[in-house]
Amino acid sequence: MNKPPKQIHLAAHFPGVNNTTVWSDPEAGSHIDFRSFVHFAQTAERAKFDFLFLAEGLRLREQGGQIYDLDVVGRPDTFTVLAALAAVTEHLGLTGTINSTFNEPYEVARQFASLDHLSGGRSAWNVVTSWDAFTGENFRRGGFLPQEERYSRAEEFLATANELFDSWRGDEIVADRATGTFLRDAKAGAFVHSGRHFDIHGRFNVPRSPQGRPVVFQAGDSDEGREFAAAGADAIFSRYATLEAGQAFYTDVKNRLAKYGRRPDQLLILPAATFVLGDTDAEASERAREVRRRQVSGATAIKHLEFVWNRDLSSYDPDGPLPDIDPHVGDTHIAEGRAQVRMYRDPLATAREWRELAAANHWSIRDLVVNTGNRQNFVGSPATVARTINDFVQADAADGFILVPHITPGGLDEFADKVVPLLQERGVFRTRYEGPTLRHQLGLAHPDDLPGEQRAAS
Amino acid sequence: MSTQTSPPSSALHLAVALDGTGWHPASWREPVAEPGSLYSAGYWAELVAEAERGLLDFVTFEDGLGPQSTHFLDPDERTDQVRGRLDAVLVASRVAPLTRHIGLVPTVVATHTEPFHIAKAIATLDHVSTGRAGLRVQITARPNEAAHFGRRTIPRIDGYESLAAREVIGDLFDEAADYVEVVRRLWDSWEDDAEIRDAATGRFIDRDKLHYIDFEGRHFSVRGPSITPRPPQGQPVVSALAHWTVPYRLVGRQADIGYVTPHHTEQVRAIVAEVRAEQAAAGRPGTPLHVFADLVVFLDSDPAAAAARRERLDALAGEPYTSDARIFTGTPAQLADLLQEWQSAGLTGYRLRPGVLGHDLSAITRGLVPELQRRGAFRRAYEADTLRGLLGLARPANRYATA
Repeated sequence: MNKPPKQIHLAAHFPGVNNTTVWSDPEAGSHIDFRSFVHFAQTAERAKFDFLFLAEGLRLREQGGQIYDLDVVGRPDTFTVLAALAAVTEHLGLTGTINSTFNEPYEVARQFASLDHLSGGRSAWNVVTSWDAFTGENFRRGGFLPQEERYSRAEEFLATANELFDSWRGDEIVADRATGTFLRDAKAGAFVHSGRHFDIHGRFNVPRSPQGRPVVFQAGDSDEGREFAAAGADAIFSRYATLEAGQAFYTDVKNRLAKYGRRPDQLLILPAATFVLGDTDAEASERAREVRRRQVSGATAIKHLEFVWNRDLSSYDPDGPLPDIDPHVGDTHIAEGRAQVRMYRDPLATAREWRELAAANHWSIRDLVVNTGNRQNFVGSPATVARTINDFVQADAADGFILVPHITPGGLDEFADKVVPLLQERGVFRTRYEGPTLRHQLGLAHPDDLPGEQRAAS
Repeated sequence: MSTQTSPPSSALHLAVALDGTGWHPASWREPVAEPGSLYSAGYWAELVAEAERGLLDFVTFEDGLGPQSTHFLDPDERTDQVRGRLDAVLVASRVAPLTRHIGLVPTVVATHTEPFHIAKAIATLDHVSTGRAGLRVQITARPNEAAHFGRRTIPRIDGYESLAAREVIGDLFDEAADYVEVVRRLWDSWEDDAEIRDAATGRFIDRDKLHYIDFEGRHFSVRGPSITPRPPQGQPVVSALAHWTVPYRLVGRQADIGYVTPHHTEQVRAIVAEVRAEQAAAGRPGTPLHVFADLVVFLDSDPAAAAARRERLDALAGEPYTSDARIFTGTPAQLADLLQEWQSAGLTGYRLRPGVLGHDLSAITRGLVPELQRRGAFRRAYEADTLRGLLGLARPANRYATA
């Protein structure tokens, strides 16, 4: 008997503050004007996407002690813009990245519960942690967390927020005019949490929201990150959008669920994915090449080389050969506020490898950065892209994708108009929303309907 | 753009303070109240739409970091009044796209929150509303609210009168002044033309037009710049409720609007003089600073009906309603008389707290406003597109910009 095909989940990542976003394109609009957000969100909703996704960074990036000026800089406050988007959409989920290092559970829980009320049950929280004193300079807390403390604080932060969400059951407000009883229970919202990172007690002041708790995303990739997700997240925002790496990650994470008493369908794997469409596959490939070159200007190429070399390379010609000097290896890094520099664990080896690649291909610095940088995940005609996305999902490399267009705000339009109808024709993507809340779109149970031990564990 | 008709020079400014079903604790029991909808977007959208139909300058949204309480310092565990509320900034933002002219001023508690987060939140509210954002800054000395955060203990006070209590409160207000200073600097930390999108050099911004704010104070240090570009108004409107010298100082130093609570005309004069003195002492005598009076209002076309309504609510509550602000009960015309009398004693506007939102808000917009318009004392159309514009405040220059 044939299994029915898996249903694909699709989300839209508002173009971010890195060089994926091509701000120099004539089509590129404002990244801050609310109309850009409205256009992007309404396109996603028109295409029946599950949710919109916003990233966040709490300090402007710097390189060589100066604010990094080559990429889009600046973004709105996550909660505030999501609340406004709730007014111009009806079904689209609203996912915000919110840091567990430079916030407090009481305030964040209020904000998510409020957003959930104000959106009729469409809020989701991508829980991230910070590692750096650099970002801490903007906050009361200051300082930073050692690597090993980050997840322990994040875990306790999430557990504490869940205690706050659950401190109202949902039946406390009776508002009986005749008897004058507004609350059934004088203790509504009572909570006590005593832990290593948070020692708080009192009364939570937002009544139970439609989803009970926001949908929880996790984005980290470390072993602790995967375990954190397996224990309590509803979805993972991963970076493995190739078939083999995706399948390996998918299997690894889904296999971790059983020990928390959870089923594989209770945690969705949603990699970030870029795409370029064309009328034909050949045209799409050509466009993809052009986009990659626009994403890496000469100036950007030098800065990206500095991520590895960890020294000032501004005197080098981007159209010339790679530097002869070796990377500077040390505790401090030329680039601050940027997670990706930590990917280069052995800069000397990376530099050696890159020099060999450049020599073999006769590449300049810019050629090298263009060619070693991330290629778009899905490149092709709408039919090719629809088929590939479906193949990935049916082959358990993902449960769907969080698409990252490279143009603000129109970068999703073509996908919505051309690819989504093909997925719908294949019967693997919804033609109407499943219900009012984000949990409905994602096929996730309401927390009140989960067995008690699972609620407690998460 | 709206029609740029100037309001009459004798015009006063009107705001409404939104809180729950209204300011009387029994207001939720009125047939017109919708206590079951308090946590839905539609409820707030309707209230703000009504305020906008009445051409009001702005609405404020109350907030707090703990349950509402009748006790000045502790939770009261009462079950006969509205408890629980949504985050005010998010409510304001949720209604912003549904409105076009009215200002949106959420309450922000400085004591336990991050100035960096609030600066970008209000800047974003300003972007989302294209220039209609403000904030009302508040402090809290409640021990239970401190325990919700667990980061600091605030010495327990025994009332507002003792020297020790005033020291504690004074300290919290000093922190709030620092907080507003940080927020204001962060709003200016991007110059208006910082975004250059210069394809030739590949630069998206001119980094010389982004500024570290390098604030160092007793309670926090903040480096900056903000992650959010300068809001459309440059500086969204800052306001605070003030009952005595220390908060008057905060208003004098940092606010665009102070809400004060006089009970009679002589008090109006005295308070306005004190606020103006603080403003001068803070070295900003020429800066426009509005002084609004807060008034709780019960309005009916027949004064006896208004009084009877208030009595009925008091009976339901089991005690007479009292307030820090003067409680006005009467007709829209009588209220207009009072507003004009106090205006001539030095006030520039009012923040009205409707006793029952379902009744008294529309009495303001459909009764008081037409009455004031007849007297030439209130606008007949919105004359500006931003809150600063409605309040007659110019868009300020950026403190970091070099001429």
